[in-house]
Amino acid sequence: MNHLIPLFIAVPLGAAFFIPLVSRHVKWVPDVFGNLTMFSLAAMSFYTIGQSEVYHLGAWQTPIGIDLRLDGLSSLLLIAINVIGLAATLYSVAYMRIFTSKLRYYSLFLIMVTGMNGVVLTADLFNLYIFMEMAAIASYALVGFGCEHEELEASFKYLVLGSLATLFVLIGVALLYGMTGSLNMAQVATSMQSAAQAAQGTMAKPYIFALGLFICGFALKSALVPFHAWLPDAYQSAPAPISAMLSGVLTKTIGVYVLARLLFNVFGISQQLLLILQILGALSMVVGVLLAIGQWDMKRLFAYHSISQIGYVVLALGLGTPLGIIGGLYHLVNHSVFKSLLFLNAGAVEYSTGTRDLKRLGGLNQALPITGKTSLVASMSIAGIPPFNGFWSKLIIIIACVQAGYYWLAAWAVFVSLVTLASFLKVQKYAFLDAAKMALAKIQHTPFFMGLSMVVLAILCVVTSLAVLSGFDAPVLIAPAADVLIKGLITL
Amino acid sequence: MTGMSLIVKTVCRWLKGFILLFGVYIVLYGHLTPGGGFSGGVIIACAFILIFLAEGKLVETKIFSKNVAGELDSVGILIFWAAALTGLFCGGVYFKNFITTAAESHFKLFSSGIIPICNIGIGLKVGASLFVVFVILAAVKIVVPKKSDNINDHEEDEK
Amino acid sequence: MIYSLCLILIGIGLYGILTKRNIVKIIIGFVIMEAGVHLLLILIGYRMQGEAPILQPGMKLSEFITRAVDPLPQALTLTSIVIGLGVLALMIAIAIRLYERYKTFDITEMRRLKG
Repeated sequence: MNHLIPLFIAVPLGAAFFIPLVSRHVKWVPDVFGNLTMFSLAAMSFYTIGQSEVYHLGAWQTPIGIDLRLDGLSSLLLIAINVIGLAATLYSVAYMRIFTSKLRYYSLFLIMVTGMNGVVLTADLFNLYIFMEMAAIASYALVGFGCEHEELEASFKYLVLGSLATLFVLIGVALLYGMTGSLNMAQVATSMQSAAQAAQGTMAKPYIFALGLFICGFALKSALVPFHAWLPDAYQSAPAPISAMLSGVLTKTIGVYVLARLLFNVFGISQQLLLILQILGALSMVVGVLLAIGQWDMKRLFAYHSISQIGYVVLALGLGTPLGIIGGLYHLVNHSVFKSLLFLNAGAVEYSTGTRDLKRLGGLNQALPITGKTSLVASMSIAGIPPFNGFWSKLIIIIACVQAGYYWLAAWAVFVSLVTLASFLKVQKYAFLDAAKMALAKIQHTPFFMGLSMVVLAILCVVTSLAVLSGFDAPVLIAPAADVLIKGLITL
Repeated sequence: MTGMSLIVKTVCRWLKGFILLFGVYIVLYGHLTPGGGFSGGVIIACAFILIFLAEGKLVETKIFSKNVAGELDSVGILIFWAAALTGLFCGGVYFKNFITTAAESHFKLFSSGIIPICNIGIGLKVGASLFVVFVILAAVKIVVPKKSDNINDHEEDEK
Repeated sequence: MIYSLCLILIGIGLYGILTKRNIVKIIIGFVIMEAGVHLLLILIGYRMQGEAPILQPGMKLSEFITRAVDPLPQALTLTSIVIGLGVLALMIAIAIRLYERYKTFDITEMRRLKG
């Protein structure tokens, strides 16, 4: 048995409670310990590549005990979560000095990481709910960490909508348990399939109800367009590393990943479900990007782009073809890299100048060279300029659209990409290139750790684009993850 | 704030020991009778909340300060965590039940393996964190505003 | 059908969350909805004239299985009550802080985030 699997949950959990215990008197403990934990998790996550196995907790066999399941998709998400988490903690060493309590911050941060790792690894529907709620509650508290007007308002909005989503999910889990008598994903999938075969391929009504609840719940969590109201507020008000974590991995893990896992591996994908995913994705893409154009607050602008990019991922998954799924997962990873980099940039700008308003910024390229260059890399990635990762994943998605015969979706994706480019040209022009509108001499320099984590993420923007070297239809790491979804229902 | 009348204070002083004892009983016998870490922890927290209500807000710092409660909170979850990790190192599997030979001779109290240890951890955790939540919500005007962040850890308790 | 009672509770809670403007009423709506979900969970494991799922010495296992109530939903409900407690405490803490800042519980007056 591979003992790394439970450690992904145990290590951050233990660290989260060890930090408040020792660091009330020793000031440097939270920083060092938080970073060490995230570093070891990130290193561990690379050891999971290529492995797949079911881990029985407490050595109880499957119908009785709780299982953890590691496969290609989980290991891809684990790497994304822990690497982005490491970048965020490195960044927080310097950034979180402007807030009061680092101890609580790291504690909550590690609980959030625990929850996300658990969501990715669990093979049990109820534990999925528990870990999801764990990550979500920690993120509600972290969004409101500043305790000012805006933070509290955004946090309350996020809290109400998020809890509503988890209640929907809980009703769905209850219905599935009532119908199948099991909570293990593989067993639920098997017994649902046999029930569908007995009824000549039609799903019973409670299954359809549960499916609708799951789609509503996870669309709320991943902020797809009819359900996106909480996202811009939350991202705008949260501290920058938390915005990066929320946008980079949290919405993907507890939204898109779980949705894909349930639809493809538990319920079994069908044409109607693919259509729903396509509609949600296409709507999110265009509404997000159109709302983003008019924004002048940097973080809020990035937040709307987040909705639009998640739309790409969901649209690509909704194509249902192998190439589409590969493109979607590849874009998911790429987006988590460049969008967290963008949020960290916005945080660095705010840290140095005290404002995020694009109308008041300008000429920051001279004053903040690291932030300027890394944000250029990230902007080119998200807009899809060739050498960077965003280009390749968008290209794969567009090719997949054409191959699947959805020409108008391909045109739609190209259009959204162009609008994204325009919007990021605006950011670059107003914030970094234009003539300075404020006294540049007064600007604080970027601290070392903030610069370090931004440079690391900028390098990752290039490194992840190397994955396509092994072929468009089989990028490194992405192809085994896509295989899990392509194969359909999971078995014991 | 000075608290409630003399009658209330006296009754509470007499009752608090029994309530605490009942909570501890529920925690320790959770593996044999209905109850367990969570219910027992709630009862323990109730004992402290009762004193807190009767004696007024100032007593909080004397009997059971918020910081101590916060630390006990962490200790509780770490006991639970250590029980799980010991399973990994002794039995080879995370959450492995590593006390299996107890049924015959000496440790008859541990007839159900690691469950009592987990119960004690959960009881500490729930009691302390419920008390912290109550203090933070009730005494919000006196205590310097701080975020009540430890409340979100109960999920792990029931796992 | 007794399940519809749970759905009515969930509906009342949802109505409260969606239409009320007072933060405290929203929280109450959330609690009602949660109670409905918990009742639904319990009902799924319920069995008419069932007995407590404790295996006493001297019972036959096959007979016990046909008569006992399903214990798993009860454990799930307990867990989800605990999670609900955490969410509720966080909600109330944020509500208190919001009241300190805005001096009101009306969400229509909290409009600093727009666009």
